[in-house]
Amino acid sequence: MSLYYVQKLIYELNRDPQVRSRYEDDFEELLKDYDLTDEELRAIREPDIGLLYVLGVNGQLLMHYAALRGYPWDDYIQSMKDGLDEHGPVRAGLYARTGGGAI
Amino acid sequence: MSLVFAGVCSHAPGITGRADRADPAVREEFYANFFRMGRAIKDSGADTLLVVAAEHFANFFMNNMPAYCVGMADYYEGPIEDEEWLGINRFRVNGNAGLSERLVNHVMNEVDVAYAQEWKFDHGIAVPLHFLTPDYDLDVIPININCQGPPLTPLHRAWKFGQALRAACDAQPEKIALVGTGGVSHWPATPDSGKINEEWDREFLDRFVANDKDALLSYTDEESYEKGGQGAFEIRTFITVAGACEGRPGDLWFYAPIPIYAVGCTVATMQVA
Repeated sequence: MSLYYVQKLIYELNRDPQVRSRYEDDFEELLKDYDLTDEELRAIREPDIGLLYVLGVNGQLLMHYAALRGYPWDDYIQSMKDGLDEHGPVRAGLYARTGGGAI
Repeated sequence: MSLVFAGVCSHAPGITGRADRADPAVREEFYANFFRMGRAIKDSGADTLLVVAAEHFANFFMNNMPAYCVGMADYYEGPIEDEEWLGINRFRVNGNAGLSERLVNHVMNEVDVAYAQEWKFDHGIAVPLHFLTPDYDLDVIPININCQGPPLTPLHRAWKFGQALRAACDAQPEKIALVGTGGVSHWPATPDSGKINEEWDREFLDRFVANDKDALLSYTDEESYEKGGQGAFEIRTFITVAGACEGRPGDLWFYAPIPIYAVGCTVATMQVA
């Protein structure tokens, strides 16, 4: 579990034009800079937005990664709901503090 | 000169990014009050607008997260989000680095703050500015309180920060407006997006308008999270404004839950004198 680096990748994609450029040119090379598990890499590559939510990625970061990967707003929200159904409660981070997902 | 205006408002990205999906009548009344606040700031004669915001990992990340940070740059740019997604075009707005440094020096007599000479506004500031100073012709100084997740500054420190800001503003020759921007209850960017606890919001806003210090500071983060979602951590920005106006009441201009905007949309002012 390296939630910190998953979130750092998305944070830097959101704010750094050079990181965005590297994402567009060679995503795999960019991913080598972050300490990520195989499951995290899979979730980022596909992308599996629901799994990223379950892994604990903060929505304030995740919504922008979803937009970057072409998810309209309603699809983004549905992806997280589907992720909870498929992968179970949020495992780490802020949302895990109340068992994940709906309160 | 002094603090000449104080208020609070919402900043959710849906307010501009999903503007057309709300009930037009409610949206227009909300927008009208937002613009009304902009006119009130202009009428106050303010030279500079301090925006106490709760940014969302645009500038500050978990590698070095300040509890409080004050912008100290000559200019700022935004929005950091995709323009089409947020519904706000890229802009540059002037800061006032000299005033920032004087404020920081003064505030640090009471509360330690970080400073930042580079700051890209996210929706937390870009949405309020879109309504409050749509021509970007008013100097802006951004201030951030970490409200994204624990460890969080205690509410009584947010109050103290507001008092320190007030003392710092009152020691300057400029006329300064102060706007806090944040929740109340909301579950932004999660599967619960659109959920709004109106009863909890109205109770909080009653306490805010009464500027009831004890009641405002009585919330625990556990209660806020349970009743108001992670977005409710942002009550710190409202409490800072209340602290800056200690002993004086506020006036709620607008409140309505707008689920597609994912927040109970709020515009309120607080007397500064």
